[in-house]
Amino acid sequence: MIIDHSNVILSVKNLTANVDETPILKGMNLEVKAGEIHAIMGPNGSGKSTFSKVLAGHPAYQVTGGEVIFQGQDLLALEPEERARSGIFLAFQYPLEIPGVSNLDFLRVAYNSKRKHQGLEEVDAFDFDELIREKLGIVKMDASFLSRSVNEGFSGGEKKRNEILQMALLEPKLAILDETDSGLDIDALRIVAGGVNQLSNPENAIVVITHYQRLLEYIVPDYIHVTANGRIIRTGGKELALELEERGYDWVLEAAATGVAS
Amino acid sequence: MTTTVTSLVNQPYKYGFVTDIESDVIPRGLSEDVVRLISSKKNEPEFMLEFRLKAYRQWLKMAEPNWAEVGYPAIDYQNIIYYSAPKQKEKLNSLEEVDPTLLETFEKLGISLSEQKRLSNVAVDAIFDSVSVATTFREKLAKDGVIFCSISEAMREYPELVQKYLGSVVPVGDNYFAALNSAVFSDGSFVYIPKGTKCPMELSTYFRINNGDSGQFERTLIVAEAGSSVSYLEGCTAPMFDTNQLHAAVVELVALDDAEIKYSTVQNWYAGDKDGKGGIYNFVTKRGLCQGVNSKISWTQVETGSAITWKYPSCVLVGDNSVGEFYSVALTNNCQQADTGTKMVHIGKNTRSTIISKGISAGRSENSYRGLVKIGPKADGARNYSQCDSMLIGDNAGANTFPYIQVQNHTAKVEHEASTSKIGEDQLFFFAQRGVSSEDAISMMISGFCKDVFNQLPMEFAVEADRLLSLKLEGSVG
Repeated sequence: MIIDHSNVILSVKNLTANVDETPILKGMNLEVKAGEIHAIMGPNGSGKSTFSKVLAGHPAYQVTGGEVIFQGQDLLALEPEERARSGIFLAFQYPLEIPGVSNLDFLRVAYNSKRKHQGLEEVDAFDFDELIREKLGIVKMDASFLSRSVNEGFSGGEKKRNEILQMALLEPKLAILDETDSGLDIDALRIVAGGVNQLSNPENAIVVITHYQRLLEYIVPDYIHVTANGRIIRTGGKELALELEERGYDWVLEAAATGVAS
Repeated sequence: MTTTVTSLVNQPYKYGFVTDIESDVIPRGLSEDVVRLISSKKNEPEFMLEFRLKAYRQWLKMAEPNWAEVGYPAIDYQNIIYYSAPKQKEKLNSLEEVDPTLLETFEKLGISLSEQKRLSNVAVDAIFDSVSVATTFREKLAKDGVIFCSISEAMREYPELVQKYLGSVVPVGDNYFAALNSAVFSDGSFVYIPKGTKCPMELSTYFRINNGDSGQFERTLIVAEAGSSVSYLEGCTAPMFDTNQLHAAVVELVALDDAEIKYSTVQNWYAGDKDGKGGIYNFVTKRGLCQGVNSKISWTQVETGSAITWKYPSCVLVGDNSVGEFYSVALTNNCQQADTGTKMVHIGKNTRSTIISKGISAGRSENSYRGLVKIGPKADGARNYSQCDSMLIGDNAGANTFPYIQVQNHTAKVEHEASTSKIGEDQLFFFAQRGVSSEDAISMMISGFCKDVFNQLPMEFAVEADRLLSLKLEGSVG
């Protein structure tokens, strides 16, 4: 196996972005190496979700400055589907329902898009069926989910498990989980987190966006970043989450403000 | 999946050409003399002239309907040419005598009339402006007693059948456009399936408008005798003109005891340009009569063209246990307007009907479903199931549903379901984030949305319909 000499997967420098002319990201900096798990926490409206969507290339967000290098490539120059095919995966906070499109077809088309991008032959329906059945166990999903329309009539937990199934299938280099824990009961949370942990390996990296320390008991991060007002204002180890849980965000914000003032 | 979609969506309307051919055209305008002239040009029997005059006189007393959810400038009925026919020999003995320009035109449209290249299991009646130019496989069909010819020929060769059934389902004064059609219709197809016969091949009529100033008024009549069955498909295209052309057709179906008629339409008239200039006004009356017990009539339509569509293929379920079905995909883009749906009129006992309507609106178009389910007092045990789904593409299109339900029998069961979904930025981003291009995403979502209807089409046309929709949605998102 050839290992990238720098082993930096993602490098974000001074990234700024707008929604409808309103600046949301005001200078994000982040470096993620292979094998690492990062958590991004922060109050509502601090730019966490926007950051994930900007990385994935959502058309509603305009990048106004900064750079993002993903595996040595200028990520911002790529179309959203090219970013996905080259290894960026975003697990959505609110996965959409797509009536009429079977989950199985959807997964196969997504998988083959990536194969094609890698110059590999597309997998036919029979081989794919076998492949996907192996992956179902990772998120403890029943095969009956495959014949249903994408997310249609799925419970909140089933939708999130379906997201992780897609991650398992597409084997991204960088997976960004946007509040994957929201709306999950404890059993579903365990299944989802267990799935993510199985997929985590020394070659890939995971960025978890969350409000709560709860998820981080199951997916243990190497770093925790706190966002406020469109930037990361503090970075620490996993113990930072416990402190945030106990004391809230105010003290971090104050400390940051003092830091700027002094 | 569909790698061809990308190249397909970049094509303009490819049927928009005009054929240069000398035509026999009568002066503009409509009067009793014009009606007589059309009848005499066609050497019609006396009863036909009476039929036309009765219709014309009724039409004069009627007013153009204005209840549909569509808007257009007033039509000047005196500025339309009511008869236009490519000049050719009166009586054709074989295909070799058909003007090669006409054969070429149909070849270009993908409809091969020549002996070698025909679709092996589809018989075609090709109609150019007002007249039928060729009907294939007639001898082969005749062996089974199946009559498939232009309605003009039918009037001359089988006057008793025409007289018995023409206007029996859609009476001359049924509505404004049906009355107009009854007065001036110039040609169309006639199908007769004798008792106990299963028609050995698909029958199909291909309509082509060529003249920019003429209206197109065809008349189709299909009669299925007891125990017979037939599957019929119509297709249509027109050149691109800046002006609007009126197309007011009438289709009548009659199914006797245990007979089954399946009627499919893939409508691809010119829809006008992206600013709504030009295009066909498609004001059509289609109705099927399930006259016999256990008879069945099934309408499947894929409506993609026309500037305005006003069309309600209906079933009148008279025979006990008869079945009516309506499967529809109506797609509107740019400035197109569609007000379409069906009528299911339950008269006999234990009659059943199913309505599956899928409306797709993109651009600034307006798409309305309008449907009537009527259960008469004697229709014990009648059942209807209706499902009307709308899909909006982008933020500027409109969709409406107008279901009318009238039940006069307490044993009847009527169900209606409706849904609205959307293809927008978020849906496309979801697909893109999984590596799927917009073209493939739209194609998957549209195919999924239309699946229930496409499954009803004959195989080769289902593929065609699928491609046609992708083509029509060019640049409608993002």
